Amino acid sequence: MIQTLFGSVEPEPSLLERLKAGVEKTRAGLASRIEETLTGRKVIDAELLEELEYTLISADIGVRTSTEILDRIRQRVDRRLVHDASELRSLIGEQLLEILQGAERPLPRVSDPPAVVMVVGVNGSGKTTTIGKLAQRYRGEGHSVLLCAADTFRAAAIEQLEVWGQRAGCEVIRQKPGADPSAVLFDALQAAKARRVDYVIVDTAGRLQTKSNLMAELEKMRRTAGRVIDGAPHEVLLVLDGTTGQNGLEQARRFTETSGVTGLVLTKLDGTAKGGVVVAIMRELNLPIRYVGVGEKAEDLLPFEPESFIRSIFEA
Amino acid sequence: MFDNLSEKLQRVFKNLRGEGKLTAENMESALREIRVALLEADVNFKVVKQLIEGVKSKAMGEEVLTSFSPSQQVIKIVRDEMIKVLGSHASKVRFANAPPSVMFLVGLQGSGKTTSTAKLGRWLSRNGHSPLLVSVDVYRPAAREQLRVLANELRLPVYTGEADDHQPLSLAKAAKREAMQTGRDVVLVDTAGRLHIDDELMVELSELKSSLSPVEILFVADAMTGQDAVKSAEAFHQRLGITGVILTKMDGDARGGAALSIRHVTGQPLKFVGVGEKPDALEPFHPDRVASRILGMGDVLSFIEKAEEAIDKKKAEEMQRKLIENEFTLEDFRDQIRQLKKLGPLESILGMMPQVGMFKELKNVKVDEQEITRVVAIIDSMTPKERANHMIINGSRRRRIARGSGTSVQEVNQLLKQYGQARKMMKEISGGMMGKKLGKLKLPFFG
Repeated sequence: MIQTLFGSVEPEPSLLERLKAGVEKTRAGLASRIEETLTGRKVIDAELLEELEYTLISADIGVRTSTEILDRIRQRVDRRLVHDASELRSLIGEQLLEILQGAERPLPRVSDPPAVVMVVGVNGSGKTTTIGKLAQRYRGEGHSVLLCAADTFRAAAIEQLEVWGQRAGCEVIRQKPGADPSAVLFDALQAAKARRVDYVIVDTAGRLQTKSNLMAELEKMRRTAGRVIDGAPHEVLLVLDGTTGQNGLEQARRFTETSGVTGLVLTKLDGTAKGGVVVAIMRELNLPIRYVGVGEKAEDLLPFEPESFIRSIFEA
Repeated sequence: MFDNLSEKLQRVFKNLRGEGKLTAENMESALREIRVALLEADVNFKVVKQLIEGVKSKAMGEEVLTSFSPSQQVIKIVRDEMIKVLGSHASKVRFANAPPSVMFLVGLQGSGKTTSTAKLGRWLSRNGHSPLLVSVDVYRPAAREQLRVLANELRLPVYTGEADDHQPLSLAKAAKREAMQTGRDVVLVDTAGRLHIDDELMVELSELKSSLSPVEILFVADAMTGQDAVKSAEAFHQRLGITGVILTKMDGDARGGAALSIRHVTGQPLKFVGVGEKPDALEPFHPDRVASRILGMGDVLSFIEKAEEAIDKKKAEEMQRKLIENEFTLEDFRDQIRQLKKLGPLESILGMMPQVGMFKELKNVKVDEQEITRVVAIIDSMTPKERANHMIINGSRRRRIARGSGTSVQEVNQLLKQYGQARKMMKEISGGMMGKKLGKLKLPFFG
């Protein structure tokens, strides 16, 4: 069973088999916690609603979003549109689905490969691992992939990416540690054009969103990409650690400002963290989740679809 | 847009000001604001509940009638309650009676273990110890290589072991042996990142623990962690019995509520905070300072400590004399800038300042480090005579200085203007006119 924000989600059948055989960690998802709060309660009173609000907050959804969801529910209760506590579960599901759907965005179409995917995020969010998994996914779909080692700052980041490159069977364009990331990117894109590969995935150094000079470096990389290949980068993925709290919102905001984030990857959801801050991010910034990371293996990067996701949880 | 906890609380207390005393009513709204602020700072909701209860009972109880103003009173109560959770004093690193002292760094993936290991190694060697570093992370690609590179940069000894040794236990044991043979008194063990629910890897850690008997098991936690911080910290503590916490990535704008949560559920002290990417960006954790910082009183003590380390006392006294006697030259101006730079990135310095008055304004200012380099270059391009007496710098001298420093005449003009203002203002300050004028000061590099 995979742990996600709302409980367990049914992955692709082949994955299910593998995951079933693997871990049997039963963890309380949001859905089951809401259930817990509601069990044995018939009357909707202020206390129950407050408890529900805390349940949402405990999943990192944030005070403002949680309050908003609960306020809407309170209104309906006041207007006597809700009679029974058991209705609250699906009401919350509806509210969340609305937010998740609102942020949906089609994948960018690239008529003339290579498609350039830039991966950004704060330190330790899981960028390099995500890239490794993404490369294997693309390779599995029969595409050719080239990796660009533009994290020239962190010690052994290039080596780490090279190991993933070997695993996925794709070339890694690199320079020396400390090299200008934009120069590495330039090289990689030239190579990708010459070799006619389908995808270039660009690893960048982790940076806290408050470091303005490092954020400016990302802007420069974007410009470089656009000069070599029209419309590049076609996708900019912000990798967000699933255990991150409310700071995730600020991360999303600042990275979007400087590097034009087009989608999110939520990692480390195989723990007990819910990554609920994405709900706030989707609500405020309209950024879709592209993938969720639920384990250490390459197959553990799953595509994200709001409808089936919510359905599997709230309509089971 | 993104208010920090201290700003929020200040606003609360501002509203409270002017109302004679604490009533059930005005406390209620203040407490609600505090609750929201703490939750948005990622303090665990259960911890928040308890903290608020504590504040409430104190404020409503017998302590209400004091000579404090209501705002001062609430500030003090909230701060006291926070310090109560965080611990009342700074916690020291423990060492074994018989060296080497083995210390583990454990935590979730990406929390910053490897970087912290290197930083802690540097900190220990600066404080009279001789640590040996070893990575037993045989899982993440290039993890051991990362520690080796970092250690080499810091000239710290690192045990790399045999390349084909992929056993954490044998690596750690061999490192301990090596430490004994080479007279190293601390072995820092960088462990693989793992989820607290990953049974297999947690068993591995228990085994490491029982055969190496570490004096410190430091839980490395990301300051940006949300509500889940309590769960992972609790799990690590239950399985291993952690002895302390290192809170990383505090140089960002995360409000670090996780500090309160982790301390609350484990009862173990926070020992260090990571405040930057550089190897020296590790500071001992001071609970009272953090509580003060959260409350908007600024981390002034850390700042003073840093300043004392960086600033030459004699020079400072000399500067003071010059200021009073109006001999503050461009050369002194440059020295001052250089000393300021030694304190570290200006943004991190500003972060330590109380978020009030002039400093509040400065908080949102983007500090251009390059601007500092430019200013120094301009002054460097002057002749000693020009530095001693700026009045002689005429048009043609300005052009020459601009050419020499690779800047423009406008930039030279601007610098001279700023220098003039700084000089005038400092004279006024030393003349005892401190206060209002400070707010109007346009400092160089704060554009």
